[in-house]
Amino acid sequence: MMAALRTPRGLATALILLVLAILPLLTQAFDQRYLLSIGTRIVIWSIAAVSLNMILGYGGLVSFGHAVFFGIGGYAVGILSAHGVSSGWIQWPVALLAATAWAILIGALSLRTRGLYFIMITLAFAQLVYYVGGGLEAYGGDDGLNISRSRFPGVIDLRDKANFYWLCFALLCATLWFCSRYANSRFGLVIRGAKSNELRMTALGFPVFRYRLAAFTISGAFGGLAGILLANEGAYVSPAMMSWMKSGDLIVIVVLGGMGTLFGPLYGTIAFFVLEEALPPLLNLAHKGWGEYWMIVFGPLLVLIALYARGGIDSLLGRRHE
Amino acid sequence: MEYLLLQMLNGVQLGLLMFLLAAGLTLTLGIMDLVNLAHGSLYMMGAYIAWTLIGVTDSFVLGALLALPATFLLGVAVEAVVIRRLYARDHLTQVLATFGLILFFNELVRAVWGPAGKSIAVPGFLNRTIEILPGVPYPAYRFAIIIVGAGVAILLAWLVARTRLGMVIRAGASNRRMIGALGVNIELLFSLVFGLGAVFAGLAGLMAAPIASVRIGMGDDILILALVIIVIGGIGSIKGAFIAAMVVGQIDIVGRAFLPDLLKTFMSSSAASSAAPAISQVLVYVLMAAVLVWRPTGLFGQRT
Repeated sequence: MMAALRTPRGLATALILLVLAILPLLTQAFDQRYLLSIGTRIVIWSIAAVSLNMILGYGGLVSFGHAVFFGIGGYAVGILSAHGVSSGWIQWPVALLAATAWAILIGALSLRTRGLYFIMITLAFAQLVYYVGGGLEAYGGDDGLNISRSRFPGVIDLRDKANFYWLCFALLCATLWFCSRYANSRFGLVIRGAKSNELRMTALGFPVFRYRLAAFTISGAFGGLAGILLANEGAYVSPAMMSWMKSGDLIVIVVLGGMGTLFGPLYGTIAFFVLEEALPPLLNLAHKGWGEYWMIVFGPLLVLIALYARGGIDSLLGRRHE
Repeated sequence: MEYLLLQMLNGVQLGLLMFLLAAGLTLTLGIMDLVNLAHGSLYMMGAYIAWTLIGVTDSFVLGALLALPATFLLGVAVEAVVIRRLYARDHLTQVLATFGLILFFNELVRAVWGPAGKSIAVPGFLNRTIEILPGVPYPAYRFAIIIVGAGVAILLAWLVARTRLGMVIRAGASNRRMIGALGVNIELLFSLVFGLGAVFAGLAGLMAAPIASVRIGMGDDILILALVIIVIGGIGSIKGAFIAAMVVGQIDIVGRAFLPDLLKTFMSSSAASSAAPAISQVLVYVLMAAVLVWRPTGLFGQRT
């Protein structure tokens, strides 16, 4: 444990986790409420990014529709809430179940295809749900649905921003813990082996399809969890939360942070949100009015990252030894 | 009956527009093995460039004709600066880099043309209806789209099936390393095909402009539809893209036109009219999923 702190990676990760752990205290001390809401979104998106990394990073399966689980988790909470079921004890398990069931279904169909077709079919299934969400007139259609935060009477009051943040952070820690167990288990090794050589894993007698389906399902369930939290964070669900651009953002985050690394998605999410917040003022410094067009810089930056920095931020922190 | 005919014509028109978009995409995918998400951006750029040139020349036809070489040059430039570096990379890199291009182009348009949408007026000589059958009027502009779209489709079929360039393109789609070994200038071929794809995308964008509107991100959603079309048709197959585009066009339009009445029989009329477009969109994706489950490489894709 102490030895891990001596490497740059260990030190950086420990610092990040420490800051995230006490973020509500910091934002309160410096009276920066806005930062807490960004922090909450960073933590929630990190959960989603870690879940995508389980199949994209470790499994090499380019799922281009991961934001659909934001939508499924979010809408399950939203629809129950619209019908007066405000208890989180009912909402959350139902939402997780819905995300899991959907992941099994689309996983079973998508994983029959390879490469480009897999990218497209995962995207198509996400678009399908996106349009269904837009067509649900009873639940706001394209405009979305305002909801109230889930109730856990006597346990935790989520309407308190700091409470909600800490719950999200605890769930992020749990997700990271699970992912580390996942990646180093026999199961995870099969998934990683199938990434580098599917034929060989099959020849070794592993039913690769079933392993991948299990991984896809686990990943979808955690994605659904992120969706539940996202819906609660904004007290709002809409089809926009599962648009394909959001799925693209998630892939960007995972690659930016470092694919197939435990903390990469966390670094990636932080970097993504920091860039989003910091690029406009920086550009405004260079020339007034440029800040509004920060994506003109961010887009090409993405191209450069895709071309030359595929190891992501994680690789900047020195070589890894496992 | 007439209503059905008109709606089917609208479906043909939409299908042809999407075929124009899908043709370039399926060629770049089939020949260069490149996923180009920024293809929708070329569609958008075609419309914006046409808007500017139509304003300058004060003529729809002249502006549109000038916009075509402009989008060709834009396509070749994008290929030379970014796309060329992506051919040897995996699909994830291509997805990521071209996703970056989308963000860039959307923001570029916002910086140059402003955030508000533009509109291109239907040219005067087409701003009327014609009788396609005695007593059945149809907007002349939409009919012109069908003519131009069908003309380009035939031109493309001739180009691919009957010319030397088309032969090289087909050979490239089935084995790109072999045609390089046979002494075909691959780099030039790739630039040319990409530029050609850009022209088709730009043409689709500027023809759609008077019907829809010219706005930021106009290419993003239709791009996904074009991707669905080439996946249904089979990557690299022009014929497949054409058939899939026609089918998708019919599903979309006919679904929008007839589903509301069907749905009203068992739901409220406002719910029916908002659910119908969603259902016809969903049908397209269900079709794609069904095709992929039945044939994992699309209708006319190469079996591997």
